[in-house]
Amino acid sequence: MTPKNHYLNHTSGFASWAFTLDHKRIGVMYLVATLSSFLLGGLAALAVRTELFSRGPTIMDADTYNKMFTLHGAVMVFLFIIPSIPAALGNFVLPLMLGAKDVAFPRLNLMSFWLWIIGAVFCIGAVVAGGVDTGWTFYTPYSTTTNTNVIATTLGVFILGFSSIFTGLNFIVTIHKLRPSGMTWFKMPLFLWALYGTALIQVLATPVLGITLLLLIAERALGVGIFDPALGGDPVLFQHFFWFYSHPAVYIMILPAMGIISEVISIHSRKHIFGYRFIALSSIAIAAFGFLVWGHHMFVSGQSGMANVIFSALTFSVAIPSAIKVFNWLATLYKGDIHLTTAMIYALMFMITFGIGGLTGLHLGALAVDIHLHDTYFVVAHFHYVMFGGTVIALLSGLHHWWPKMFGVMIDERLGRIAAFLIFVGFNTTFFTQFMLGSHGMPRRYYDYLPQFAIYHRISTLGSYVMACGFFLIAYYLLRSLFRGEAAPMNPFGGNSLEWHTSSPPPYDNFTVTPIAEDPYDYDNLVGDEVSGYKSRTYEGAKA
Amino acid sequence: MMSHEHSPHLQHHFDTPEQQFDAGKLGIWLFLATEILLFGGLFCAYAIYRANHPEIFLYAHQFLDKVLGGTNTVILLCSSLTMAWAVRASQLGQRKLLITLLSLTLLGGCGFMGIKYVEYKAKWEHGLLPGTHFAPHEESTGGPGHGPGETPEHGKRPSNVQLFFGIYFLMTGLHGLHVLAGMGAIGWILVRSVKGHFGPEYFTPVDFVGLYWHLVDLIWIFLFPLLYLIS
Repeated sequence: MTPKNHYLNHTSGFASWAFTLDHKRIGVMYLVATLSSFLLGGLAALAVRTELFSRGPTIMDADTYNKMFTLHGAVMVFLFIIPSIPAALGNFVLPLMLGAKDVAFPRLNLMSFWLWIIGAVFCIGAVVAGGVDTGWTFYTPYSTTTNTNVIATTLGVFILGFSSIFTGLNFIVTIHKLRPSGMTWFKMPLFLWALYGTALIQVLATPVLGITLLLLIAERALGVGIFDPALGGDPVLFQHFFWFYSHPAVYIMILPAMGIISEVISIHSRKHIFGYRFIALSSIAIAAFGFLVWGHHMFVSGQSGMANVIFSALTFSVAIPSAIKVFNWLATLYKGDIHLTTAMIYALMFMITFGIGGLTGLHLGALAVDIHLHDTYFVVAHFHYVMFGGTVIALLSGLHHWWPKMFGVMIDERLGRIAAFLIFVGFNTTFFTQFMLGSHGMPRRYYDYLPQFAIYHRISTLGSYVMACGFFLIAYYLLRSLFRGEAAPMNPFGGNSLEWHTSSPPPYDNFTVTPIAEDPYDYDNLVGDEVSGYKSRTYEGAKA
Repeated sequence: MMSHEHSPHLQHHFDTPEQQFDAGKLGIWLFLATEILLFGGLFCAYAIYRANHPEIFLYAHQFLDKVLGGTNTVILLCSSLTMAWAVRASQLGQRKLLITLLSLTLLGGCGFMGIKYVEYKAKWEHGLLPGTHFAPHEESTGGPGHGPGETPEHGKRPSNVQLFFGIYFLMTGLHGLHVLAGMGAIGWILVRSVKGHFGPEYFTPVDFVGLYWHLVDLIWIFLFPLLYLIS
């Protein structure tokens, strides 16, 4: 079943990977790199949770604690979650879905990866050399006065930003120019719509982060004073600049996740996606609205009342395209032939956890409520329900969905379900308690807390350990599958987008037979079952 | 015209040279958009601080040299002309003309940076520097009886004048870095055109570097009046 010569064994040696122009290898390298960052960020999170297990000093002092949550936030946001789905899974899947041989600019793609490495060296180097304690948001004036390694870290993030811009630019051009002749915009798989929306944000928002970080570096290194009131500057300007990028950036994180869910829900319920155009256009709507809501991070920063009202209203409007997606997924499931594969379990989990995350966002978007909840654990819980309950769960779903395609091996479904259960229980235990903490007034980022919060913190920490067990189990069976996994058929789950029209793993040039693009969500032409995989009748017809 | 199969510049994942060229063109335009957004932050900072403190800008801009700034504007405009012409020369396969025009463009870049150096040096010597480094010299700006940086013809110095010089140095500095990058790119295609790499079938790099150079020029067209010509 597995072809003798595929992209993994096409050439060998370190240089054949490090300087490859093959989008599949770059995708795999990004996957290794981002998952390693996830491990680092995750260990930092466990350290933070362990410190908060009991009141007073538990395992570290307050300064180390500040550096630890900064490490967790910066690594998870800039090194892991922004590149994870687009640069790892997107890089691998996007050209395959288009029936193309590669992305439009393969060298730029490789450069993007190496920029990621250089950026990561700066960020992690800054940590090794003593750490940063500003939090991942680098707010002035603290970030211009603390004596930790702010310059090295922001320089690293600046470089990572360019890595992200180049990926986005590459994807936009690839989707525009490398679509096969039969595939019009509204015949593309929805994952591509999501990646397109993501890429638009990457290209249009990230440069603003770039200039913000350059200004912060200039402020620290040269004393320019643009954010310093003593020199005529304004620290709130930093917040405007930072969130002009960083709010759209959360859509860089969630949009590709939604794209994965659109694929998985349809394929694993063996039913045509419901409301294709609505899902496709809601991705673009989210990308567009995402640019207009940054002010909701500054409701208590002295922004004008009028600006607050406008930003609040715009924030509520983001709920509309998000809800359109969720309702269409539900309608897809209705009367579908639901296969509870591990990928599907994560997709269903996504709808619950992302639902909670999205709806609590409305609490925070409401002006009066936000005054109470601002900077409390409620925000932390909301953010993690969206970013973890949304993006990471979707990443796990996509990883299980495309793993057979990437490496030509099947996953142990039994262990997969156990791990999914551990993660679901662990995650909700960790973060649902934080909604309670926040609504009772526990501020985020604090090293210590009052006795009435102790029980919640303790439960939350225990939940994080359960979640960690789930992740170690996933790491175990994924690595094991590489060596002992059953060989994967070409199309194990019965998808009809073009990546399922080639062998698993794909050959170096992606396709031995030029694929024929048809409706990606029409499964009537597929024959087969889960054991031996599905085959499309389209090609038999073409031969005859 | 070479046939598609034999074009040495066609990469394996494109079907036709036209598809490859169009992809590159869209790519470079998107890149230029990111450059505009990068400068956008600074233009935004300029707009906010000028709206909030017009007196700082009105006072401090007098210390910029309009003649040097104007000369630089003319130099960059001329270099944009030679660059556009160079693209045409490469499309028509006029190798000697291409080399001459690229050299002239590069010379324009050198001239611009030379004048920029003279301007920066004068600011440095007079202590007209951003933020904490702002320390205008008495003898250069008015002598006894006036505060630092005050002269009879410039009027009374408002507080926080250093803010203007911060914005001036950030904007022109970032622009200067882009001029240097553009000069590097022009130098690279100059070497390639000497080697005879470009002709009617393949002029993509000249075209794209040209677009980049026009953007650098365009940003200066905005910077010059915003910083030098305030009234």
